[in-house]
Amino acid sequence: MKQAVSALATAGSIAFLASAASAATLDDVRAKGFVQCGINTGLAGFAFTDDAGEWDGFDVAFCRAVASAIFGDATAVKFTPLTGKTRFEALKSGEVDVLSRNTTWTLSRDADLGLTFVGVNYYDGQGFIGRKALGVGSATELDGASVCIQTGTTTELNLADFFRANDMSYEPVPIETNEEARTSYIAERCDVYTTDASGLAASRSTFENPDDHMVYPEIISKEPLGPLVRQGDDEWADLIRWTLNVMINAEEYGVNSGNVEDLAGGTDNPEINRMLGSEGNMHEMLGVDQTWAVSIIKNVGNYGEVFDRYLGPDTPIALQRGLNALWTDGGILYAPPIR
Amino acid sequence: MSVAELSTGGFDIRRLWTDRRYRSLLFQLATLVVLGVFIVLIVNNVIQNLAAIGVNYGFGFLSQPAGYDINQQLIPYDSTSTHGRAAVVGLLNTLLVAICGIVLATILGFIFGVARLSPNWLIARIITVYIEVTRNVPLLLQILLWHAVIIQLPTARDAISFSDTIFLSNRGLTVPAPIFGDGFSLVPIAFMAAIAAAIVFAKWAKREQEKTGKIYPVFTINTAIILGLPVLAFLAAGSPLSWEVPEMGRFNLRGGIPLRPEFVAMWAALSFYTAAFIAEIVRAGIQSVHRGQTEAAYSLGLRPNRTMRLIIIPQALRVIVPPLTSQYLNLTKNSSLAIAIGYMDITATLGGITLNQTGQAMEAVMLMMSVYLSISLLTSIFMNWYNRRIRLVER
Amino acid sequence: MANTSYEVGKHPDLPPPVATVGVVGWVRTNLFSSWINALLTVGAIALIVYVTTGIYGWAYLRADFAGESRFDCTSGGACWALIGARFSQFIYGFYPVELRWRVNLAFVLLFVALWPLLFTNAPFRRYTLWFSAAYPIIAYILIMGRFGLEPVETAKFGGMMLTMIIGVTGIAASLPLGILLALGRRSDMLLIRILSVGFIEFIRGVPLITLLFVASTLLNFFLPPGTFFDLLLRVLIMVTLFSAAYLAEVIRGGLQAIPRGQEEAASALGLSYWKSMYLIILPQALKISIPGIVNSFIALFKDTTLVSIIGLLDPIGIGRAALADSKWQGLGPEVYVFVAILFWICTFAMSRYSIYLERKLETGHAS
Repeated sequence: MKQAVSALATAGSIAFLASAASAATLDDVRAKGFVQCGINTGLAGFAFTDDAGEWDGFDVAFCRAVASAIFGDATAVKFTPLTGKTRFEALKSGEVDVLSRNTTWTLSRDADLGLTFVGVNYYDGQGFIGRKALGVGSATELDGASVCIQTGTTTELNLADFFRANDMSYEPVPIETNEEARTSYIAERCDVYTTDASGLAASRSTFENPDDHMVYPEIISKEPLGPLVRQGDDEWADLIRWTLNVMINAEEYGVNSGNVEDLAGGTDNPEINRMLGSEGNMHEMLGVDQTWAVSIIKNVGNYGEVFDRYLGPDTPIALQRGLNALWTDGGILYAPPIR
Repeated sequence: MSVAELSTGGFDIRRLWTDRRYRSLLFQLATLVVLGVFIVLIVNNVIQNLAAIGVNYGFGFLSQPAGYDINQQLIPYDSTSTHGRAAVVGLLNTLLVAICGIVLATILGFIFGVARLSPNWLIARIITVYIEVTRNVPLLLQILLWHAVIIQLPTARDAISFSDTIFLSNRGLTVPAPIFGDGFSLVPIAFMAAIAAAIVFAKWAKREQEKTGKIYPVFTINTAIILGLPVLAFLAAGSPLSWEVPEMGRFNLRGGIPLRPEFVAMWAALSFYTAAFIAEIVRAGIQSVHRGQTEAAYSLGLRPNRTMRLIIIPQALRVIVPPLTSQYLNLTKNSSLAIAIGYMDITATLGGITLNQTGQAMEAVMLMMSVYLSISLLTSIFMNWYNRRIRLVER
Repeated sequence: MANTSYEVGKHPDLPPPVATVGVVGWVRTNLFSSWINALLTVGAIALIVYVTTGIYGWAYLRADFAGESRFDCTSGGACWALIGARFSQFIYGFYPVELRWRVNLAFVLLFVALWPLLFTNAPFRRYTLWFSAAYPIIAYILIMGRFGLEPVETAKFGGMMLTMIIGVTGIAASLPLGILLALGRRSDMLLIRILSVGFIEFIRGVPLITLLFVASTLLNFFLPPGTFFDLLLRVLIMVTLFSAAYLAEVIRGGLQAIPRGQEEAASALGLSYWKSMYLIILPQALKISIPGIVNSFIALFKDTTLVSIIGLLDPIGIGRAALADSKWQGLGPEVYVFVAILFWICTFAMSRYSIYLERKLETGHAS
């Protein structure tokens, strides 16, 4: 079968010297004038439409940061809302240039799906939420329960592993989107609802009586979420990776959207100077303008600012930094140096 | 005829265009070339696209562990089973809901179809309203509506129970499960034997009737055989059957056979939707039989029920069966909408979770399409065979 | 009075017995003709009363019509506030508010364009048909925003507007393809016949949702590297292919109803295949296929709801998005009933039109 296909392909490529595969995503993006960014169809805090119908959120902000790095313009980006099912195909087929859609970095996705993860912008883990009235204090007491779950994600694999490892039975209630899973949980179609801990907190905050529900202490998986790109275009992957690293490093060095323009002129700290372009030629290595990092921080903000704006304690989601604090503050957020 | 043969007979290049036969050959050749070019182009594109992103092509993923659980399984399955087995579990769920749907839709459809012709004005009107409403609302909406209503039933804790054996809640309908004891296998054997005996008896009765004119009560006797023999076998084996009655566990009802809300919603929506179409087909079928046929049968001295069975129904079926086939096929294909409410049919396992987890979209979608295509082809082959059996034999 | 005598043959006509005429008579013959019928009637009345009071109570009596969120709905019945809050989304999706006049205009023009097609006695038909032919381009310009109009991304399309776009484009684009396939299936060229039959049976054998999966996940792989179609365009392609296969069967039915003599007569007059098809066969065949085509359109119109499964925001998609909002959680029945009514009005009107056409064409044949 494979031989026949490749024979046909050879015949085909002789007959039609089709346009060369577009490896240089950055050139393509420049040519069309905007970044096509794949995002979630709707997840509180991470990607949602505001009243005017504009996309906003933690993952959306990262797309805007990429647009800022390339064009210096946070609005030079178009969004494609993707479901758990369509996200990888959209990226692989080239429909989107970058996927910023709370996607867990796993070996099989990285190695087998033809994708490249460029880093982690949110460390998450899967947990359970249930009604206090159930009288359950721990996820290990859930033998025989019905569990609402969003399909097409790593959560359903973790769920199966967890119940198998603890030798418990359960009834999975698979649902296409996160919101509908939550709706089913509210209607008591299932006893508990499982998703990433950030999602649980966000959901709980929207419930009518948040105090009737509790998040169980067990975190059953590691869910490093991050942006990803197609395999095979390392320059593009590098640019996306360092966009993220700039945001994290900026917070570490105390550069934020308020002071970045002042600092861009030059400071005593060579780290900051290299990042903001007043020293060295880091931007040339990535193939972008000298002001790329300044644009990112000015238009979008450093990591901490973005976190606080969409997920932090002042938002309805009210998440603590936790693991996502800088390594200097007791978290594990650690970006490589810009050197 | 070969090309060489053609060219000997004083072949003129213009005949390629002017002669109908050559022109048709030329046209087909051109189509073939265009089609070939098109296919090569597409395959080439696919290979280039796949190569550009380094995806492995192949069906190897089917033998790898699936890693996810499925809530409704007709064959043993757990998260260590393979993706292939998950697809089979999904296929069986598809077939289950399709077959249940076809049975219920046929029954409802025939009842509604007859009722629409009822001399009772009110009944006929109600059915008309039902048909017009159901046919004109998208099926997906009806599935969602059924599901939305079902999950608003009382929760499992406050389940409505019918004498503590059958429970209805928003976790579905839970009925007692039969536990087959030793010797129960006698019953299905007796059932098979009864059917065989019934067929033999029917053939014999028909021969006797043609010979002597004596009419035997075939239907009554055969019903008695088919029902009676298994019951006798059951009693003879010492009633080897007990029931596992569901009881309230910590979270859910334990034991029994649960009919999940997703299944019930699919089943109800598919049946009631298709029944509206079948009712119209049945009505048209009955109306297509001329009234003179009934009168002629009566004047031959046939009694009403024999008139119905021997004259009206066979003629009506001839009109009913072909469109009925396409309704059955539609119902089966429509069962793929299960994905909207999370019923784990083949679209949800192979085309949903497996596709997501493995990323083999091309293979999964192709496999899914061929499965549906095979179901469609098998159904139409069977129905065509049946249609040929009952068609008008013209002499 | 009883003693009044008449001459033979002069007795005045008496009115029929009260029980056989008027309301009483009608009720007797239609509702209570036998005891079974009487029983059925009583049962039916009970059912009607039960259902209508139930629905009336839920949908009107105990319903809330205004509010900011589901917490404002306190009466225990339906919560129609959601529909009020999101009504314009159900119609236009996220199409920019200030540009919605373009959608409205395109919608009105659609009827102008359909007028000469649907009603053969429309005035100035010869000229208005040109407008009908140009309509797809006009609608495209208006809705997408070309030639100086502000462009609108297809991702903002939604609601009934999206349903109309997919339905109308699907049926219009699939008609020519369907005719070719129907002719191909009856062709005496073996290869053409095999291809047509293969295509038609393949499409009819798989569910639409799998074709939509192809549109959403695979179609881009079939294109040359570096070219991408918009999701809506991909969906339109698959919907067109889908509907073409079904239309082909409808038109084949029409073709089969034309006596063979017509084609033979055309040949005898020296008309080529295409000329005889175009001038003789197709006008007749299409005319009798029109009710079937309208029915196909109704089916397609209902099937467009499936696009919500692959993430397009048709009325169901909009409804489910609204249900995902924590303000409106749990209002599934309200949303689905509302969308069902929306669809029912459209499809019922179309099916009435189809019946009207069937009657009209039938008399046309008899005369």
